[in-house]
Amino acid sequence: MMASNYNAKEEDGHQPAAIGHGGAGTVKNKKPDNTAFKQQRLPAWQPILTAGTVLPAFFVIGLIFIPIGIGLFVTSNNIKELEIDYTGVDMSSPCYNCSQSYSWNSTKPCTCSVPFSLDQPFESNVFMYYGLSNFYQNHRRYVKSRDDSQLNGDKASLKSPSKECEPYRTSDEKPIAPCGAIANSLFNDTLELYYIDPNGSRTAIPLVKKGIAWWTDKHVKFRNPGGNDNLTVVFQGTSKPVNWRKSVYELDPSDPDNNGFINEDFIVWMRTAALPTFRKLYRIIHKKPNMTPTLPLGRYILEVTYNYPVRSFEGRKRMILSTISWMGGKNPFLGIAYITVGSVCFFLGIVLLIIHHKYGNRNHSADIRS
Amino acid sequence: MECKENWVDTRTVYIGNKEPPPGAEAYIPQRYPDNRIISSKYTFWNFVPKNLFEQFRRIANFYFLIIFLVQLIIDTPTSPITSGLPLFFVITVTAIKQGYEDWLRHKADNAINQCPVHEVQHGKVIRKQSRKLRVGDVVLIKEDETFPCDLILLSTSREDGTCFVTTASLDGESSHKTYYAVQDTKAFITEEDFDTLQASIECEQPQPDLYKFVGRINIYSDRNDVFCVFFRPLGSENLLLRGATLKNTQHIYAVAIYTGMETKMALNYQSKSQKRSAVEKSMNAYLIVYLCILISKALINTVLKYVWQADPDKDEPFYNQKTDTERQRHILIRAFTDFLAFMVLFNYIIPVSMYVTVEMQKFLGSYFIMWDDEMFDEELGERAQVNTSDLNEELGQVEYVFTDKTGTLTENNMEFIECCVDGYVYVPDAICNGQVMPGSTSMDMIDSSPGPGGRESEELFFRALCLCHTVQVKEEETVDGIKMGIHQNKATSFYISSSPDEVALVEGMKRLGFTYLRLKDSHMEILNREDEVERFELLEVLTFDSVRRRMSVIVRSTTGEYYLFCKGADSSIFPRVISGKVEQVKARVEHNAVEGLRTLCVAYRKLSVAQYEETCHLLNSAKLALQDRDRKLAEAYDLIEKDFVLLGATAVEDRLQDKAADTIESLQKAGMKVWVLTGDKMETAAATCYASKLFRRSTQILELTTKRTEEQSLHDVLFDLSKTVLRQHSSMTRDTFSGLSADCVDYGLIIDGATLSAVLKPSQEDSSQGNYKEIFLEICRNCSAVLCCRMAPLQKAQIVKLIKSSPEHPITLAIGDGANDVSMILEAHVGIGIMGKEGRQAARNSDYAIPKFKHLKKMLLVHGHYYYIRISELVQYFFYKNVAFIFPQFLYQFFCGFSQQPLYDTAYLTLYNISFTSLPILLFSLIEQHINMDILKKDPSLYRDIAKNSLLRWPIFIYWTFLGVFDAIVFFFGSYFLFNNSTFTSNGQMFGNWTFGTLVFTVLVFTVTLKLALDTHYWTWINHFVIWGSLLFFVIFSLLWGGIIWPFLNYQRMYYVFIQMLSSGPAWLSIILLIVISLLPDVVKKVVCRALWPTTTERIQVASHFTSVTPLLAKRTKVLFE
Repeated sequence: MMASNYNAKEEDGHQPAAIGHGGAGTVKNKKPDNTAFKQQRLPAWQPILTAGTVLPAFFVIGLIFIPIGIGLFVTSNNIKELEIDYTGVDMSSPCYNCSQSYSWNSTKPCTCSVPFSLDQPFESNVFMYYGLSNFYQNHRRYVKSRDDSQLNGDKASLKSPSKECEPYRTSDEKPIAPCGAIANSLFNDTLELYYIDPNGSRTAIPLVKKGIAWWTDKHVKFRNPGGNDNLTVVFQGTSKPVNWRKSVYELDPSDPDNNGFINEDFIVWMRTAALPTFRKLYRIIHKKPNMTPTLPLGRYILEVTYNYPVRSFEGRKRMILSTISWMGGKNPFLGIAYITVGSVCFFLGIVLLIIHHKYGNRNHSADIRS
Repeated sequence: MECKENWVDTRTVYIGNKEPPPGAEAYIPQRYPDNRIISSKYTFWNFVPKNLFEQFRRIANFYFLIIFLVQLIIDTPTSPITSGLPLFFVITVTAIKQGYEDWLRHKADNAINQCPVHEVQHGKVIRKQSRKLRVGDVVLIKEDETFPCDLILLSTSREDGTCFVTTASLDGESSHKTYYAVQDTKAFITEEDFDTLQASIECEQPQPDLYKFVGRINIYSDRNDVFCVFFRPLGSENLLLRGATLKNTQHIYAVAIYTGMETKMALNYQSKSQKRSAVEKSMNAYLIVYLCILISKALINTVLKYVWQADPDKDEPFYNQKTDTERQRHILIRAFTDFLAFMVLFNYIIPVSMYVTVEMQKFLGSYFIMWDDEMFDEELGERAQVNTSDLNEELGQVEYVFTDKTGTLTENNMEFIECCVDGYVYVPDAICNGQVMPGSTSMDMIDSSPGPGGRESEELFFRALCLCHTVQVKEEETVDGIKMGIHQNKATSFYISSSPDEVALVEGMKRLGFTYLRLKDSHMEILNREDEVERFELLEVLTFDSVRRRMSVIVRSTTGEYYLFCKGADSSIFPRVISGKVEQVKARVEHNAVEGLRTLCVAYRKLSVAQYEETCHLLNSAKLALQDRDRKLAEAYDLIEKDFVLLGATAVEDRLQDKAADTIESLQKAGMKVWVLTGDKMETAAATCYASKLFRRSTQILELTTKRTEEQSLHDVLFDLSKTVLRQHSSMTRDTFSGLSADCVDYGLIIDGATLSAVLKPSQEDSSQGNYKEIFLEICRNCSAVLCCRMAPLQKAQIVKLIKSSPEHPITLAIGDGANDVSMILEAHVGIGIMGKEGRQAARNSDYAIPKFKHLKKMLLVHGHYYYIRISELVQYFFYKNVAFIFPQFLYQFFCGFSQQPLYDTAYLTLYNISFTSLPILLFSLIEQHINMDILKKDPSLYRDIAKNSLLRWPIFIYWTFLGVFDAIVFFFGSYFLFNNSTFTSNGQMFGNWTFGTLVFTVLVFTVTLKLALDTHYWTWINHFVIWGSLLFFVIFSLLWGGIIWPFLNYQRMYYVFIQMLSSGPAWLSIILLIVISLLPDVVKKVVCRALWPTTTERIQVASHFTSVTPLLAKRTKVLFE
């Protein structure tokens, strides 16, 4: 400050520096401008939170929130959801053997079938999820272990993936495509659903694997290098992830729009879950054109090709069938929370009303006295 | 040479840089700096390193630098950009600001350094750039030019060897001061003359005191081949200071003695010690708490991480292997880097932007003080000045006000009221026509008929007053600055003096028939009653100083008689009087003092020729001394000024400043204790105190003065007083319990300087001495008003320091207008200067300067109150919003295996404090007004609501912190339950971790902004614009940030995350729900507290709300009916 003070002195003898801008004012005309802003007299709305003013707001919040909460709660309750744990922890469970005899390198896939039955028919579109527990997809080392530009079809990144992918960056001195821990640990169980007719015959239920990933992910964020022409050629010189059985261009050989990086199962897996217990959309069972329910009540069999090991970290695998409403899957939380908050507001409104009546007047009279 | 041994402390300057003639002492060329002024801090080359070094010396910047470096070195969860960018931003902005200021300084420096100067060299005048001037150069200065360096005046164009100078730019005094040329060089009036001058000047090394200078000029002459040397003393009356301007004089010749950075002006602008506000101290305390929270968070997480990782399958499951290098690292190193990584993850809890915002708030906020129309004074044409913006909020915390009396409480506009000669009272108002009517309004007990002897002493008295002063006559109409003159019959002329008392006296004499005309050729001319001009030769002036409290002149009348006239304070005159009607005069003086008038006594002594010569000898030997000249002069004065014959006394009234009483009353109502510290005598000061309502009729006065301590020992007096006060105090507390009003009896204390120094004297012999201080403090604390009179400037500072260091550590404010107040202004927490008539030193050294005392009311009650409210909300809010920001990240660690996974995207982490939530709080802290300013002014007791830093106490801080934690828990677990194992889209697709973070962040930004909106009591259009605008900005930014694949990023994790989230109904519903839940408790707390335990502020708010609403309603209904 010394110097600026000093400086102002030089420019204008009468005015000691006012924090560095002292020289600005002229000696003659020092009268401040009489503007509302400078005089701090801008017109303003001056609300105060008193019991009287807040009261209506509380009642209004209560009156709005409670119906919303009830609506949400009813909607959530109408959603049908079925969850089957097929990890095979118990000796009795059908997948026990598969879970025990696990090895990444086994060539022969282990399959098991889990029977279950539906008590109620599932109307409309049914969404089939797989769920994992105790799986830390949100671990930092895991989350960052990917190369978005490789997945976006960048050829340079295809040949030399990002360092973040370590230790899943190269194998046999060839770059891995797709690189990184996320891609490497792609969920590779196959789930199939069969309806057991009352007469005992099995009908495969058509599972649609399109539309399970975000549209933007599928069409913008993920791209095969060099478009969709021959993927085998494009991915030449790269190696498949260590844990994978087949290369990335063999994920869905039947459909070129669902192969390579734009395979929807792959894209869904690449969107890392927020919490260690999560579910991911696996297949969609579209509703039938006629009036019959999508999944009529009765007995079903879930055929599992058991590839994915979770026992080592005490994880669980589940298959979930769920219908969906406008507010998503079954989740009573929002409804309950809305009802609770609405009621609390209503109650507080009443309390404040009492306070306002008892003390509001006293307050006001006190002012007048003072 | 007497000062040879102290050679280092003096310098020898050879005039014209000529070698002295042989025979004189050896020529030792000395090196002095050139006349370049360097006020800039940096040069082009050292700007970057020096500026960076200075910026990183600030602890906060250093902290962020460390965080940034840690991020660069180790593998951390957030990229270095997140902390590097804000830091870079802050550093760059500061650097640009400082660089710009420095560039301006360079420019100003260059302008000054290159301005032309006329130098006399070898009998010719040469134009030179100012910076090339050297010590010893003889320069020619013309009228209205500014002196380029410190100069010794050699000769002037005026015959009497004087010149007039205004030092407005140095100390603000616009009156003209007279400087004298060296007697022996007065005759050198042409350039050629100076070629023949051979002289050297010995003087002290440069020192910053503007008013002190001692030196000696040695003039060598070899007239008639006899080499001889004349010595002549030099004083501050010969020294022209750089920055002052030559006035009323055609030209002067002078020699440079101090140049460049050694000039007194340059030495004076050293930085003052920095004052820190109480808010800043609390802020630092909070910071330490947060630092502890930060470290403990990181520690907890690190420990938990290793507990959790004990199972190798959790540490390294098949899907998430470590690299080999990671595995090989030593466990301690890993733990340490993990700890650092957690620190980095949570470091946002201490926001870099808070410092920037606080600084911007202070800087910009201080403009409102300068812009305030009500603190503009038409008469002076001055408005309030802010010299430091660091203390704005301290203005709202003041507990003790120390005020000067003269010029601060009073106008310092002196008016001659009466004089008393030998007991006869003369009132000029009654003698308008030049006729003296002695005793026409004479007071009782005084004999009103002047005898023949009285006539003589009366005229002597008038002459004495006409001669004994340092007033100048200005014969022009244009006197820039303050008008302090009167109109004469013949020509318009003004009396100018640095002391308004003198002007008043000389004017008063004029009204009584004796007109001082001018000083010409060392002769003072007086027009006496018979319109005759009397001439007196002015021989010596023994100038006024505040220690002696008197001044004298020695004159020779035309009849050849020598007179010593002296005027001064009664206490300094009476002891030196040997004859005269002491009793009558004393009675009159005391009477006048009680009336609140300023009194001076006048005395004289007739000197014989021998006495005069002795006097001259005494003075000259003292003046010639280079060392200790002041002490020697004082001794000489003491010897000379004695054996007086008392002539009489004068009374001058100093009217109270406009609204001084009202201001003092308001300050007292606001809970401030007002102390008056003055150099004036007790009776006068006490009268002013009564007039200004500092003391009321009901006030019981306690005296602690020399008068009392003469009767009793200091010890007894102190104990007596404390007993009285404490008894009252205990009964007072009982009163408050029984519900009676507490201010039934209040005490006022009067203490004088001598007693004070006795009280404050450090204990030497016995330990009971030390207790005096505490007893004294105890008494003071229980008095509503204290008056300290007869104070020396340093004692004023001592008092302030004493109160400052008392156990409660109250915030003190000192206000004054004169140079004698500077010490207390510098000492107090807040120093306020009044731009008064006693120069600008006070205003220059103050933190804030105001034109009038009455402006203090608005300054404290309105501006101080606002600033305090604003900044305390700013500080609390900043901590709150960052807890709410970071705590969810902390909670998230429990769900991601303590892996330091950030919850929010990098962009959100970086921009949260910089842009999403910064502007609303900055604006709030600039324009919030919780109560109308008119009410604040009307009701000073509101000030008590914020006393003792009440809004930044620990409970309130903890409340805010818990509110932040609560909100964070609501955000996090609200989103957690929404995400928990379910979907909330209508197409069944799932969201990932980034959507989770974005949801939390969206709720966070909205909640935090709306919380501020709820706290805002003053919604101008700017508030609406900024609050809704910043929310809109957040939404637009998020849409944009997720709407494009950003080519320069190596990750695209935010792609479409925000838009996908908004496409889901439940996300909207939960955002609304979570915002409502987070805001609910705060609203309920506010409403309930307001209803059940309202503070005064809140009551007034409600009351004013009603009063402001009702007329509005009335108006509306009226309109409706029409």
